[in-house]
Amino acid sequence: MSTTATSPVPGKPSKPQPGTPPADKNRKQTVSAKPVTWKLPVTLMALATVAFIFFGLLGPQSTAKFGVSSGGDFFQLPAIEAPAFLSGIVLSVILLGLAGYALVLKAQKNQRPPRWLPAVFTVVFVVAFLIWVVGGARTPSISLAGLIAGSVTLAVPIVFGSLSGVLCERAGVVNIAIEGQLLGGAFTAALVASLTHNPYLGLLAAAVAGALVSMVLALFSIKYVVNQIIVGVVLNVLVSGLTGFLFSTVMQSDPEKYNSPGRLPIIDIPVLSGIPVIGPILFKQSVVGYLMYVAVAVIWIALFKTKWGLRVRAVGEHPQAADTLGIKVNATRFWNVTLGGAVAGIGGSFFTLVAIDSFTKEISGGRGFIALAAMILGRWNPIGAFFAALLFGFADNLQSIVTIIGTPVPSQFMAMLPYVVTVFAVAGLVGRSRPPAADGIPYVKG
Amino acid sequence: MVRVLKLELKGITKRFGSLVANDHIDVVVEPGQIHCLLGENGAGKSTLMNVLYGLYEPTEGEILIDDKPVTFRGPGDAMAAGIGMVHQHFMLVPVFTVAENVALGAETTKAGGFLDLDDTRRKIREISDRYGFDVDPDALIEDLPVGVQQRVEIIKALVRDAKVLILDEPTAVLTPQDTDELLDIMRQLKSHGTSIVFISHKLREVKAVSDTITVIRRGKVVGSADPGASTTELASMMVGRAVNLTLDKAPANPQETTFQVKDLTVIAPSGQHVVDGISFDIARGEILAVAGVQGNGQTELTEAILGLQDRVHGSILLDGEELVGRSVKDVLNAGVGFVPEDRSLDGLIGTFSIAENLILDRYDQAPFAKGISMSPAKVLENAKTRIEEFDVRTPSGSLAAGTLSGGNQQKVVMARELSRPLRLFIASQPTRGVDVGSIEFLHKRIVAERDHGTPVMIVSTELDEVIELADRIAVLYKGRLVGIVPAGTGRDVLGLMMAGLSPQDAHADTAGKLAAQRPADNPAAPQATNPAPATDPVQERSPGAVGDHHE
Repeated sequence: MSTTATSPVPGKPSKPQPGTPPADKNRKQTVSAKPVTWKLPVTLMALATVAFIFFGLLGPQSTAKFGVSSGGDFFQLPAIEAPAFLSGIVLSVILLGLAGYALVLKAQKNQRPPRWLPAVFTVVFVVAFLIWVVGGARTPSISLAGLIAGSVTLAVPIVFGSLSGVLCERAGVVNIAIEGQLLGGAFTAALVASLTHNPYLGLLAAAVAGALVSMVLALFSIKYVVNQIIVGVVLNVLVSGLTGFLFSTVMQSDPEKYNSPGRLPIIDIPVLSGIPVIGPILFKQSVVGYLMYVAVAVIWIALFKTKWGLRVRAVGEHPQAADTLGIKVNATRFWNVTLGGAVAGIGGSFFTLVAIDSFTKEISGGRGFIALAAMILGRWNPIGAFFAALLFGFADNLQSIVTIIGTPVPSQFMAMLPYVVTVFAVAGLVGRSRPPAADGIPYVKG
Repeated sequence: MVRVLKLELKGITKRFGSLVANDHIDVVVEPGQIHCLLGENGAGKSTLMNVLYGLYEPTEGEILIDDKPVTFRGPGDAMAAGIGMVHQHFMLVPVFTVAENVALGAETTKAGGFLDLDDTRRKIREISDRYGFDVDPDALIEDLPVGVQQRVEIIKALVRDAKVLILDEPTAVLTPQDTDELLDIMRQLKSHGTSIVFISHKLREVKAVSDTITVIRRGKVVGSADPGASTTELASMMVGRAVNLTLDKAPANPQETTFQVKDLTVIAPSGQHVVDGISFDIARGEILAVAGVQGNGQTELTEAILGLQDRVHGSILLDGEELVGRSVKDVLNAGVGFVPEDRSLDGLIGTFSIAENLILDRYDQAPFAKGISMSPAKVLENAKTRIEEFDVRTPSGSLAAGTLSGGNQQKVVMARELSRPLRLFIASQPTRGVDVGSIEFLHKRIVAERDHGTPVMIVSTELDEVIELADRIAVLYKGRLVGIVPAGTGRDVLGLMMAGLSPQDAHADTAGKLAAQRPADNPAAPQATNPAPATDPVQERSPGAVGDHHE
């Protein structure tokens, strides 16, 4: 996707290579320096074995049915029916094959698996898992379209949150306060939309509120060089307390007046929204949903293709170098953090203007922290963060669907899934993620 | 390249609190000259250049360009005025490509703020071709060797149309070959009309390229010198008193061999063999100097001996006892004295007092401790003797060690390590960042320890230091031992060995090249008329000789 997100060399200064004659001097020399570990192949093999035993050998004998089209589609596709046991065997054998290939590569050539391998492995694993869960349910049938559309919906605030994280951390400020920014956005959106009877004004106010929360973070962490993690945590608690207090004193006093924001309308783009599966997720969204796609694209392009992005990344990687080239490090950081807050604020408005049409205490429910995990899993890249957020949204949605159709797996285990994935990801199992070098380190001149 | 510019610093004073880093400094850099600022570490050269580059605001004084006063609010202003700087620690973003680094801050953009890196690539190739840099615009900085990274820094300045280029201690990180190439590049830049301010404390290099030398001591200009001046003259100007550059060292009197390293391999967490099958031994009363460019396994070698490395194979024998696998405390108690390469990180605890730092390795032993209680009186008493013995310049032993200058900090570390009976003494970079006066003292102490009958191992990336101290020289390259050669081996041979050539090849190579080069016009010829100091036997050779070998 980008140059910066794909360099798995650990943060070690490159050693001088004095012996190479000048003709060779500018050739890339990292290949030998990258440590190739057994971690990834072994983990894949373990997962594949688990898949083979549970999804394959112990798989249910029923047929899992996945509805593809919904009633509104302009053409109907037949539902996909998968014999659970057979699919389980086939898919888990593919998984074993992929893991085996990774092991062989490591053992014989000491090479890391190609980049597509973990991605394909994840997809196949998720499909096998899905068939197994659905096949074992009391009613072995779910709507695939509904599952995916629901995942995207649940992912919206997480995507905005992780984009906020990307904007801040690429500039070198750790943003633990995403949760507070989401919550602040949600509250302000509800309040302003209720008072003005205009949800669009609420949306705007949410961005402002998120930016204000972020400015506090920026002020203390950049100007007063307070530990960024501590400021972030304190902000989360502060926003939670403040919105909770205002909710019970102001909103509860007259919910009609202060807490009935009304919803942002769903904008249905004719014809296109009728495409099965992808129609509803791309062309049947609220303003916030469309903004999400725009934000991912715009932030990615801005970060990696423009002058602004080059400077922001330089500030996050090597602020001193940026300073010696006349770039104002702390100003860049301040405005990036503020912008990040505004983005998270918009994400927060999703809770009160799209999902539900009222505010309740702690409505963001820890999604700010999940967003942080999505940012790391997505390797500080907007597109990566988007897909990571989708994965979390998917797990979240699956959990509720599974509870409805009744499966052998307790839904609590499903709920744990995103966190398990995060721990594995952060531990560097799925490729090493390298944060911006100056992430979290304040820049003090001289 | 027609416009050249005259740069003048007038009465520049920079204070940090009560500390006066620059005291009314006047320097005039004439157009098209290589002007050297010579001074010891901490003399205020870098501060002065940071003032010139707009990173610091001067407390007093003014900067004149072509006789017109200018003020720089930041590096951006300085660059716009035609001043470029190559910092001692490179200001390059490691995960960016060469082109991205060069573009940064002076980006060419298409409509809408989109980067136009093609334009930058073209400029890089142009400059690269003009000076023979051979830099690939799309290489990642972190993949490039240090010498090439430095060229990227120079390109950065040239792309911004620098008329005056400041090079801050540019040779500190280079091999002797890279250094010679850099000196050539500097001459080329000069011939294209770029003035250069060359900051250094290395006399050999200064004499080789400078047109004018300004000597700075303790924040003041103490005078200017002619590049033809002798090394001794320059050194005494720099230090402020007569210094003896050549160490009075009696020939070694090696006795029985008590320290042996056999097939030592150290494996880094990455799986790399950072020390790869090294064997050597050191006799009592002998100094073995380990030379090599930084990062070729020296750190890991010394740490392995001390017991700081985890994955160590092979054997390290001291007086017949195996050291591999023993704890650091055991190794210290076996009589190993160790001066780590980074004194402020590993050698001292900056916030502890000097007295406490002097007993860090024996805080729990008599006479400093008795049971669970310590005896502060004994600690202070010890400090008093050591401070006197090692000439540590401080009003009191109870001051924090971090407040001392680099040289005095190093004296504290050395005093601690040498104050108990030793059976092996290891010093890594014993004089890095230390003033010339202290270097003299520290070197004498090391030789004294040798004469006392201790096997001594010195690790240094400074070739001068290696040549000065060594009785035998071991050269490391990529974790392997290239060879062990006797003291008195030529600087150019050592340089080639540091680049990985075996001693035989290095000898053959330099002999052939020197013969071929000698009749040619020698740009450094005036040097030959100066009395070359004994430590520098190859000074009169053509500086380009070794560099040419590669092209």
